[in-house]
Formats: sequence, C-alpha cells, structure tokens
Amino acid sequence: MTKTITLAHGNGGAENQALIHEIFWKHLGNEILDRGEDAALLPTLTNPAMTTDSFTVSPLIFPGGDIGKLSICGTCNDLAMMGAKPKYLSLSVIVEEGFEARKLERIVRSMKKELSTNDAQIVSGDTKVVPKGTVDGLFINTTGIGEVQAPGIGVHNIQEGDAIIVSRDIGRHGATIFVSREGLEMQSSLQSDCASLWPQVASLLDTGIRPHALRDATRGGLAAVLNEWAAANELCIEVEEGAIPVSEEVRGICEMLGFEPTALANEGAFVMALDPKDVPMALEILEAFPGCESAALIGTVTQSHPGRVVLQSEWGTRRFLELPTGELLPRIC
Amino acid sequence: MGTTVKLELKNLYDDFRDPATIKALSALIHEEAAKLDRDIRIMEVCGGHTHTIMKYGLKQLMPQKIRFIHGPGCPVCIMPKERIDHAYILAMQEDVILVTLGDMIKVPGSHGSLQDARSRGADVRFVYSPLDTIKIARENPDNRVVFFAIGFETTTPMTAAMIARAEKLELKNLLVHVNHVTVPEVMRELIDSRDEHIDSYNNRIDAFIGPSHVSVIAGAKIYEEFPQKYGRPVVVSGFEPVDVMEGVLMLVRQFVQNRCELEIQYRRSVTMDGNVAAQKQIGRYFEKRPLFKWRGLGNIPDSALKLRDEYAHIDAEVIYGDILPIEEIEDHKLCICGDILRGMAEPTECQVFGTACTPQKPLGSCMVSSEGACAAYYKYGDLLK
Repeated sequence: MTKTITLAHGNGGAENQALIHEIFWKHLGNEILDRGEDAALLPTLTNPAMTTDSFTVSPLIFPGGDIGKLSICGTCNDLAMMGAKPKYLSLSVIVEEGFEARKLERIVRSMKKELSTNDAQIVSGDTKVVPKGTVDGLFINTTGIGEVQAPGIGVHNIQEGDAIIVSRDIGRHGATIFVSREGLEMQSSLQSDCASLWPQVASLLDTGIRPHALRDATRGGLAAVLNEWAAANELCIEVEEGAIPVSEEVRGICEMLGFEPTALANEGAFVMALDPKDVPMALEILEAFPGCESAALIGTVTQSHPGRVVLQSEWGTRRFLELPTGELLPRIC
Repeated sequence: MGTTVKLELKNLYDDFRDPATIKALSALIHEEAAKLDRDIRIMEVCGGHTHTIMKYGLKQLMPQKIRFIHGPGCPVCIMPKERIDHAYILAMQEDVILVTLGDMIKVPGSHGSLQDARSRGADVRFVYSPLDTIKIARENPDNRVVFFAIGFETTTPMTAAMIARAEKLELKNLLVHVNHVTVPEVMRELIDSRDEHIDSYNNRIDAFIGPSHVSVIAGAKIYEEFPQKYGRPVVVSGFEPVDVMEGVLMLVRQFVQNRCELEIQYRRSVTMDGNVAAQKQIGRYFEKRPLFKWRGLGNIPDSALKLRDEYAHIDAEVIYGDILPIEEIEDHKLCICGDILRGMAEPTECQVFGTACTPQKPLGSCMVSSEGACAAYYKYGDLLK
C-alpha cells in the first residue's frame, strides 16, 4: 500500500483491489463480505428494521472517537432506538485524493471495534476516491439492518403520564467538536460521548422494560428530541431543569461561548419515554454502564402546553425550551 | 502554610444562580414593593440582562407593581440594515475575508445575511476575540481581511487592541469597518427626544438597570446624569440572576426611601472611573460619529464611534467608499420596536409578532438576536402571563 490514497486507488483495477483488501477486508472481513459478490446475500430476518446515515465530521479524529467509530455507532444506534439488534451494515466511503493510508486504516480499525460491540457485520461496501478539494478528507455512509427484539417502541406510543429519562450527561459530543475545531484555542479534557447504545437497550429489554419511545439525542441535542416528541403527540413535556445531567466541563464551555447544553449534539446519550413504574429499574440498569452513572429522570409528559416543552427552574419559574435553529453561534454580549 | 484554593469556572456562576438566594431576593422585593404607592417600570438597558430575565424567568418572580422594559442594548439587534449591507458587500469582494463576532452573521440585510453570503461563496468567519483576526490576516497575506467591528463600550477596547497590534506588526492587509456604539446617548434619547417614525415623545421608563460590562470599561460615572438631570435612578448590575434580582431590590428601595441615585450592585468588577487605560486606547483610535442610525430608534447624535482620520488607511468605509451605499433603509412599517424600547408596548402587542416576524425571519430589531425583547419573548414564552 502506498503512503497516501491516490486517484488510482479508485480506478477499479489493481490499486483499487489493494486498497479494498489491505485496508477494508483485512479488518472488516467476514463470511458474507469475503464472497466478494455484487450484493450480499442475507439470511431471512423476522421483523427487520433498516436505517441509513451519512457522516462528515471535522476534525476526523476527535477526543473520544473518530469518523469510523461514529459511522458505526450512528447507524447501529438508530436501529437500537427502535428496539432492533444491529446485524448487517453496508459501508460506502468517499476518500479525498492524498488522504493518508495509515489514517484511513486507523479509522477502519475503530469501525471494527465498534462493530464487535454491536455484534454486527459489514456485508457490502464501496470505495470512491475523488480529486483533492472535492470532499473534506473522508465522507462515510452506512446503512444498517437490524432485527426488532421488542415491537411497539416509537414516537407515537408516548402517553400522558410517561416519565422521561436521559441516559447520561448531555452535550459532550457537540462541546468536544466545537473545542477541537481549528481556530478555537482552548484546552479541555473533554471527550465525546460517542458510543454504541445497543448494549444498554438490550439490558433494558432483557429485564422486561418496554420503553414507549427511545431516541438518541444527536444533532439538535436533547432540546430537539423533546420538541419533536411533544409536537408529534400534541402533548407537553415538562422538564425539571435542575435534573438534567450536565458535566462541569460542558457547562463551562457553554458558559464561555453562550450555548445551551440542551442544544448540543450527543453521540452516546439517549432519551427514553416509559411507564413511571419502570423508572427505578431503568435507572439502576443504566447507571451500571460506564459513562451513564448520571442517568436521570428529568421530566414527565402532561397536557399543560400541548406541543411544547416546558422547563421548570429550581426557583419556581417556567419557560419554553425551544427547538434549536440555525447554526450554533456564540452570543456576543 | 496557607491552604491553596483552586478557583474553578463554576465558582464564577454557581453562587449567583443559587435557588435559595433567588427566592429570598424575590421575597424581599415583594416586601419592599408593597410599600410603593405606584407601579415602577424598570428598563434593563442591556440585551444581556434581557436574556437573563427571560431565560431564568425572573419576570415571574416580580410583584405586579414591578415591570421590565427591555432596552436597546443588543449590538446585533440595533444594527441598521444599511450597515449589514455594507458587511455583505464587503464579504462578496473577491479578495476579502470578512471577520466578525458570533451571531452577527445571521442577521439579514437587504441582500441576505452573512451566512447567505458564505453560502454564495464569500469567505466569512467569526471569531471570539477581535485579536484572532490578526492571525487570519497573517495567514492570508494575499487577501484583504476586513474586521466588521460591533458592540458597545465593552467590546471597543478589544478592537482598539487589535488595531494597536496590527500597527505594531505593520500588517498591510487588515481593515476595520467600525460600528461601535455607546450607551448613555441612547438612554438619553429614549427619555427625552422625539421618534420621528412614530411621532412620539413618550416613554414610561422610571428607572434603569445599568449595563455592568460597559461600566467595567467606561466606569459607572457615565450614568450620573440620569439620576441627577432626569430623575431616573440607576443601579449598575451584573448579569447573573442573583445580580439582577439584587439590582431590582436596590432600585425598589430607592423609590421606597425617596432616593434617586446612581448605585453599583456589580461591585466585583465595576468602579466609578472604569478602566482608564482601555479608555485611553479607545480615544487614540476612535472619535465620536456625529450621527448613527439605530434600527428601531432612528438617528441618534454622537451615539457611535468612527476611526480617527489618521487611520483612514485601515478604514474599510473609506477604502471601499465608492461601493458602499449610504442611503438609509426605513424600518418595516408594521414593526413597533421603537414603542417596545420606550416601554409603550409589549412585544406580544405587535401585530406581526410570531407571525410575519420570527427569529428565523425578523422584520424588526427586537426579534433579531436572543437578546432582543421580541426574540426573548418568542423563545422563552411568558408562561405565567
């Protein structure tokens, strides 16, 4: 393998074969992929679920993860949020000419690690190399197929009286990416929360808990999830502001830059609506996972302001929590 | 050996958001306000205060007799469309990198916002400190880097420091478009002059909460005229909820005790004279602009700064003088921002509030940034009303 990826690696010929074999198959190979057919032949699944997502992130490698880990977690987590065990993924990669081969291999290796956490496989793949400047390093698309383990999980199953739980402290991924972007000279020990969520969901389902809805709070953060849920059901979600778990680091960054932790992206935190009687058990299960020690009950579903999310402060005042809009920009004053 | 106390970031805000303290201050304000024989309307001049009041729901903790009027102290909100058009036109120049602060880039002008300019190929960047612009200028010697400077007395020294540094480094490719505005002139305007757009002399401002970060630089002394000449007490307050609550309590006590004074609540940073070194540096580069138009309020004499003539060589308004339009653009006819800023109307009384005018598509100044009254009402609601 050459030191950098060249346009020749996307030619469909010998260099292309070398790239596929020496970087992708070497780490991701399995019985289905190794056949090298035009399409993967899959066993029959009962209750299959499917999702797709494309990944671009700058920087490609960030504290707590990289685009490879993200591209597996992101798709597997979308399956997990429907109660589906992730099983088969496709992987489509667009590489910028001149990309370092070792860096690409590092990214593929972290995909491998994350696939094993989910006990899932890459069964189909594609690689394109494009001229320098046409993509920002590396773009990845993954599509995933999973098998639903517990039917009936979905946004429209949220009911009045449901409890709302968040699985860990929020805002880490968004804050980490913001700090590591070029031009922001800030030092921080903060790490992205980027993680696969299927193990947590599987544990919840194994003990018989049947969440009404699950959603990973990615772009738009907790605020977006709660607003989407409230709007979809014409119900109100009332949240105790003081109960929302936020780490000191994230809070500090938000203070300095004028952000709200609730609007920051997460890659390993999810929100759950469930029967209030299941709350103690659900929290006990979540708290056992590393990073989720701060899992918390943050609110309830009511009728008070249909379609809206209401934040209750610790000193008795109330306000709406809005859906974040536009680009995240620091306030000036 | 003494113990070492490590100061953490949270020490700077935790105590100032303590629920028990906020509740106790609310109880004290209720107790004092009960002694008042009339309603008191307090203008918080600064957008930072408006943000605190709405975000923490402090309005809901006030007795009936105390009302807030949300002032014009948001540098993004008050920027007239013609100046935003300047930024847009400059950004669209082939060799220009336009640099500005935070949420300025989303404010729409006649051609769109700076965000729109960026999507049309312009190189627009936002920085946290004007000094970061130096780095951009040094890294891009073949481009002209224009710093679109905005803000009140608080941010002016940073622009001055940037110019000083650029001069020292003999940077030839850094220009400045100055839009710095000053607080006392607009406060005076709100109290005693006529708004030609709505033909009104009226205002209902009984007292001011003074912007404290402005006073860290300019000193509290800039507000002396308001109690002395206009009979309006001023308390210079910090931006945390406890600060604002204490500021309100101090004002209410002045009314109860029949005093009319300038007081400082934000003693941890504000003095009467302010930061004299910063004031000197501002004076070196800037002078008063005879007239500056404020969105929603119209032209206000001496309310802004411009570069001194000897710095014309870095003044983007001079260098690009022939492509920057000078015609005024009228505020939207249905917009009642002028009335809102004088306390004559509430945001929700405006017929376009939340319909034709939203934070995504603002018609008027108060809807532009989250520090504007309308945007804060739209965003946080007014749940106990």
